[in-house]
Amino acid sequence: MGKYAIEADHVSMRFNLNKEGVDSAKEYFIRLVKRELHYNEFWALKDVSFKLKKGDRMGVMGFNGAGKSTLLKTIAGVLKPTQGRVHTEGIIAPMLELGAGFDSNYSGRENIFLYAATMGFSRKFIQEKYDEIVEFSELGDFIDAPIKSYSSGMRSRLGFSIATSVKPEVLILDEVLSVGDAAFKEKSERRLESLMSDGVTVLFVSHSTDRVERICNKAIILTQGQLVANGDSADVCALYRNMVLDK
Amino acid sequence: MNRIRTAARSHIDNFMKYRFLLRELVNKNIKLQYRSSVLGIFWTFLQPLLTMIVLAFVFMNVFGKDSSKVVNYPVYLLCGRLLFNFYTTATKRAMTSIRRQSSMIKKVYVPKYIYPLSAVLSSFVTFLISLTVLVVVILFFNLRGMDPISVTWRVVYIIVPILITLVLSLGVGMILATVSVFFKDVENLYDVFCLLLFYLTPIVYHPSRLNFVEGSLQLRILKLNPLYGLVGMFRAAVIWGKDFSHNWDMVLMYYTSIFAVVMLVVGFWLFYRYQDKFILHI
Repeated sequence: MGKYAIEADHVSMRFNLNKEGVDSAKEYFIRLVKRELHYNEFWALKDVSFKLKKGDRMGVMGFNGAGKSTLLKTIAGVLKPTQGRVHTEGIIAPMLELGAGFDSNYSGRENIFLYAATMGFSRKFIQEKYDEIVEFSELGDFIDAPIKSYSSGMRSRLGFSIATSVKPEVLILDEVLSVGDAAFKEKSERRLESLMSDGVTVLFVSHSTDRVERICNKAIILTQGQLVANGDSADVCALYRNMVLDK
Repeated sequence: MNRIRTAARSHIDNFMKYRFLLRELVNKNIKLQYRSSVLGIFWTFLQPLLTMIVLAFVFMNVFGKDSSKVVNYPVYLLCGRLLFNFYTTATKRAMTSIRRQSSMIKKVYVPKYIYPLSAVLSSFVTFLISLTVLVVVILFFNLRGMDPISVTWRVVYIIVPILITLVLSLGVGMILATVSVFFKDVENLYDVFCLLLFYLTPIVYHPSRLNFVEGSLQLRILKLNPLYGLVGMFRAAVIWGKDFSHNWDMVLMYYTSIFAVVMLVVGFWLFYRYQDKFILHI
């Protein structure tokens, strides 16, 4: 076992703006003939490298379109970097969007097992956590209703409960802390704190320097896909505040 | 050599990690198929039974009578249709599996072959359940003494065409899944192709009715269709157990097996080559 939970090694991600979105053969050939297929390359990430020790909590900051979400997606394994590589250790709970693995025709109960299976957990393992998940999500009798009848708050609450109940080793949070009402928000922050004291590694995207300072001990700033700052969260947050003022 | 071994090792480890997900997805496909319908899972039996009755009524007079080869037309029809239907549902579901699960693929990492694989496996389970219709229909005719089918122990041989069809469906399904991510047109095209395949495969008719001379070019071309051989083997095991060696075509068995394995290899190769680009197109 290495001592790093996440290692990003010269990660670059290129998108081809013209090639994407071509999904019919006709359009493809028209563009091929007009030689429009290889225009408009766009690097969402350029040579980003960092290492995150186990138990560290890193805030990811940057303006809109700086590549924060792309970075999180490459770490979660959803996107494969064009260049470089990402290495992670341990069970990752990617909360890029809460309840992304849900099937809307399934009931809440069935979705618990489905969602946990996408993280590699067996039915038996989840059975033991089941009551805890349902209780934390505050769904009560709705748990047997199909997810499509849930409000977005209910979906997020269930997603959050599952992802945090299985005791993941790495948490990837893309501004999902604003889940549910004020009471649930407080409850979810308490749960995150208890996970952190157990030594979970956190990657946290936020625009709020206050939150990053409160939750994280490390932070990075991305600007147009490049890593411009990497260090202790207090220093980096101060830098980010200045960047915001200068803008 | 060592590198290949570690690569295989990590693939197997990865598969073992996601075997629960595979099971959940197969369950889900089967469960959701008939959810909110009154008769539920019973449709798995009813659907092939009703189509058999319709096809039997339509084609009985055209193909069913005065053909010494066709013992019991409804059973003959049902055998062909069950296996053919398994192939088409499995490949069609696999083809759309990546697009259908796009919201999940965009947000959660899961080995992507799980999606077409679970699509094919859930069709396989549905097919196995629907085989009971065949049992019921054969029992019905045998008990009433109308064109009884003498089923022998050779019936165990149905495992051969079934397994080959499974491999074939997975291979073709992986190819279609990959291509349809980039060109959605394939989905429409494949529907028409399946219709063509339905008529090219001896399902409603017996090949002898085509009046092709044995060994003629037309018949050879027809036999290039792997489903020709698969349906033939399936029937040989179920219907013609008494005259098994005469009806079971060894050449076609080898041909369809090789065809299926080649499709599987091509399917996985194509899928692995392009899977990292899927997310940019769905």
